[in-house]
Amino acid sequence: MSLPEQSPRARQDTRLDTWAGRYAARTHGTTASAVRSLFEVANRPEVVSLAGGMPNIADLPLDVIADNLAAMIGKEGPRAMQYGSGQGEPALREAITEVMRLEGIHAHRDDVTVTVGSQQGLDLVTRIFCDPGDVVLAEAPSYVGALGTFRSYQTDVVHVAMDEHGLQPEALREALVALQAAGRRVKFLYTIPNFQNPAGVTQPLERRQEILAVARDHELMVVEDNPYGLLSFSGEPIPAMRSLDADNVLYLGSFSKTFSPGMRVGWVLAPHAVREKLVLAQESATLCPPTFSQFAVTTYLTTCDWQGQVVSFRDMYRTRRDAMLDGLAEFMPAGTTWTRPDGGFFVWLTLPEGLDSQAMLPRAITSRVAYVPGSAFFADGFGARHMRVSYCYPPPDRIREGCRRLGEVLHRELDLHHTFGLDARDAATSPPLTRGPRANQS
Amino acid sequence: MNAPVIVLAGGLSHERDVSLRSGRRVAEQLQDAGVEVLEHDVDPQLISTLRSHPGSVVLPLLHGEAGEDGSLREVLDLLDVPYVGSTGAACRVAFDKSIATRVVAEAGIRTPRQVALPHEIFRELGAAALVRALGEQIGFPMMVKPSRSGSALGCTRVDQPGELSSAMVAAYAYGSVAVVETFITGTEVAVGVVEGPDGPQALPAVEIRPESGVYDYAARYTAGETRFLCPAEISTEAAEACARMALDVHETLGLAHLSRTDIIVDEQGRPTFLETNVAPGLTPTSTVPIALEQAGLGLGPVLLQLVELARARHRP
Repeated sequence: MSLPEQSPRARQDTRLDTWAGRYAARTHGTTASAVRSLFEVANRPEVVSLAGGMPNIADLPLDVIADNLAAMIGKEGPRAMQYGSGQGEPALREAITEVMRLEGIHAHRDDVTVTVGSQQGLDLVTRIFCDPGDVVLAEAPSYVGALGTFRSYQTDVVHVAMDEHGLQPEALREALVALQAAGRRVKFLYTIPNFQNPAGVTQPLERRQEILAVARDHELMVVEDNPYGLLSFSGEPIPAMRSLDADNVLYLGSFSKTFSPGMRVGWVLAPHAVREKLVLAQESATLCPPTFSQFAVTTYLTTCDWQGQVVSFRDMYRTRRDAMLDGLAEFMPAGTTWTRPDGGFFVWLTLPEGLDSQAMLPRAITSRVAYVPGSAFFADGFGARHMRVSYCYPPPDRIREGCRRLGEVLHRELDLHHTFGLDARDAATSPPLTRGPRANQS
Repeated sequence: MNAPVIVLAGGLSHERDVSLRSGRRVAEQLQDAGVEVLEHDVDPQLISTLRSHPGSVVLPLLHGEAGEDGSLREVLDLLDVPYVGSTGAACRVAFDKSIATRVVAEAGIRTPRQVALPHEIFRELGAAALVRALGEQIGFPMMVKPSRSGSALGCTRVDQPGELSSAMVAAYAYGSVAVVETFITGTEVAVGVVEGPDGPQALPAVEIRPESGVYDYAARYTAGETRFLCPAEISTEAAEACARMALDVHETLGLAHLSRTDIIVDEQGRPTFLETNVAPGLTPTSTVPIALEQAGLGLGPVLLQLVELARARHRP
C-alpha cells in the first residue's frame, strides 16, 4: 500500500470546460439530466417504450422508392446534389400546395418556404419574431420541441388551458387581457389543432373559428403546427386554421409523419412579407434546405401512391391506438384518466392526485416500461401529475404489455404514497385536462 | 496482445448512460495505446462473444445494479474469463451502502450514523411514527439515499421533518431499501485507489466544488458545472488521513485493481467515509482520471496495467 506523494505537481483547478463562463445566456440550463439519461435505457429492446414519437415507417415500399430514387438520380442527379434555392425547390413547393389542399388550404407556391423539418420552420419563425423576454402563448401542455425552441430564444411561454376540444378560446382571451394589463408583449400563439402533441385532442371547426376570432380581436398571430392532420382515424380532415384565416395564420407542415422523418423536409406557409424574412433567415441558417431530400420527396410524391400510403399508416395507427385504449382500460388504477385521440400518436394521462410521473420514472424503467413525464410539456414546471404515452411505434401486443407494466408501476407507487400518507386526497374527482395560464409570470 | 480487451458498458441499470460514457472513453484510451478493443453491451450475445474470444480480458465499466453488485463478475468467474476489478463477492458488499458502511465502521473507519430501511417497514410500523423517530435519532439535516444506486440518483438532503416522506419515496424509486444518515458538512473529496505491481496506491484527493452547491447528476456529468481541485485544498494531515481511509476501505472490503472512496472532511480535518465505488466512473467529467493525471499516471497506461493484473490473477 502506498500514499500519494505530497505536492508532486502544482494543484489542478479545473472545471473540465475551457470555455465555462463564456457561453451565451441562452445556453444556461443545458445540463446533463438524470431523466434524459433514463431514456438511454428505454432504447433497449427489453423495455416497452411508450415514450418516443417515432413514426413507424416499416410499411413504406422501400424497394419501389429505391428504384424511383435511382431513376431520379440518373436523370437529375447533378441538380439534386447541388446547392439550391433558399426558399426551396419550386417543384416541391408546388407539390406542397397540393398536399395542403387536402386540408382546405389554397395557397401559391411562392408563399411556401421549405425547411429542415417543421422544427426548423418553428425555429425560423421564432427567430424573426421574438426578442428575449417576449411572450409566446402555447397550449397547456405543448410540444416539448417547441418549448425548447422558445427557450433558446429566451422567450417566456405562457400556457393556455385546454379541454377535450383543445385550446379554450375564453382562456386565451383571459390570458391576452392579463398580459396586456401586465404590459407584456405577446408575439404569437403556437397551437397544434389536430391530435395535439402531447394531449391527443383535436379542435373542432367551431373551436378553431372561436380561437381565430379571439386572435383577430387582439391582433394576435397564430402559428398553426400541423404534422398529424392527415392521420385522422375517422372522417374527413377538419379544415386547417390557415384555410379559415389566411392573413393571421402562419402554417407549419411536415413530411415526417406522412412519408419519412429522415428526409427532414417541412415547410412554412406565410404571407408574402413574412416569407421574405423567412427566406433570408433560412439562407443565414443553412444557405438552402437540403436539395437532395427535396428531390427525393418530390419524386416520392409524384411517382408513388403517397395518399394510399397515408391510408395504410392511418389503419396501422388506429389499430395501435385501440390496443392502447384497451390496455389502459384494463390496467390503470382507479383515479387515472386519459384522452381518446382520433388520430396522431399520443394519449395524455392524468394520474391520481399526489403521484409525480417524473419521480416514479426510475421505477418504471426498472419495470421495463418508459413514458415521457408530463412536466416535459410545460415551460413552468407544471405537469407532474401527467404523462404522455405514445402508441405509434410498438406493435399492439407490446403496447398491451407496456400498459400492464405501467399499471403495476402505478399501483406500487400508489401503495408507497399511501404508506407515507402522500396519496390522493380526492382521487375520485377527475381533474381538468390542464390548468389555466399564469399570465403574470416572468 | 492477441486477444482483444472486451470493454463492457451499458447494461440495463439507471446509470446506463454514465456507463456508456465511461466505456467510450476507456475504449479510446486503449485503442490509442495500440490495444485491440471490443466494446460490448450486456445482452444475450455477450456469452457467445466471450466464448468466441478465448484469452480476452473483460474490463467491466457497468454502473448500478448487475454492473456493481457483483452478479456479472460471478458469471465471468463461472465462464473462467479474466476481468479487471473486484470479485463478485467483494462487489456485493461494497455496492450496498447499508452493508459497506457497517463493514468499514466495524474496521474502525469513521462513518455517518446510518440506518437502512426497506419500504415495507414503514407500512408495518406506521410511517408517521417511524419518520418522527428518524428525525429524533438521526437529526436534521440528514441524507436519504437508495441503498443500491450511484451517481447521486435518488439522493436528497432533508432539512426538516416535512420533507422526509417525499425524500423516502424518491429513494425507493431506485430500489426497495433506502439509507438515512446524518448529513456531514465539510469538504467533499474523492480518493481513487489503483493497484500496480507494488500493491494498491492512493491517488491524490480530488476536491469537488459544484457551482450549484449540490453535486447532483447535472453537476457530475456536465462539463463546467463543477470545479475540481487536485490535490484537494485540505491540510497535509487531512490529505494523508483521506488516503489512508481510501486504502483501508479498499483492503477492508477486499477490493481489487481500482476503487474510489468518497469522503467528507470536516472543519477539524477529520475524514468521514460516505461510500465506495467498485467501478468508478471514467467519463470525461469523472474524478479518477483527474487524480491519475495529477499523479503523473496516464489513464491509458494504468488501464493496460490493470488488464495485465487481471490476466495475472486469472493465471497466477
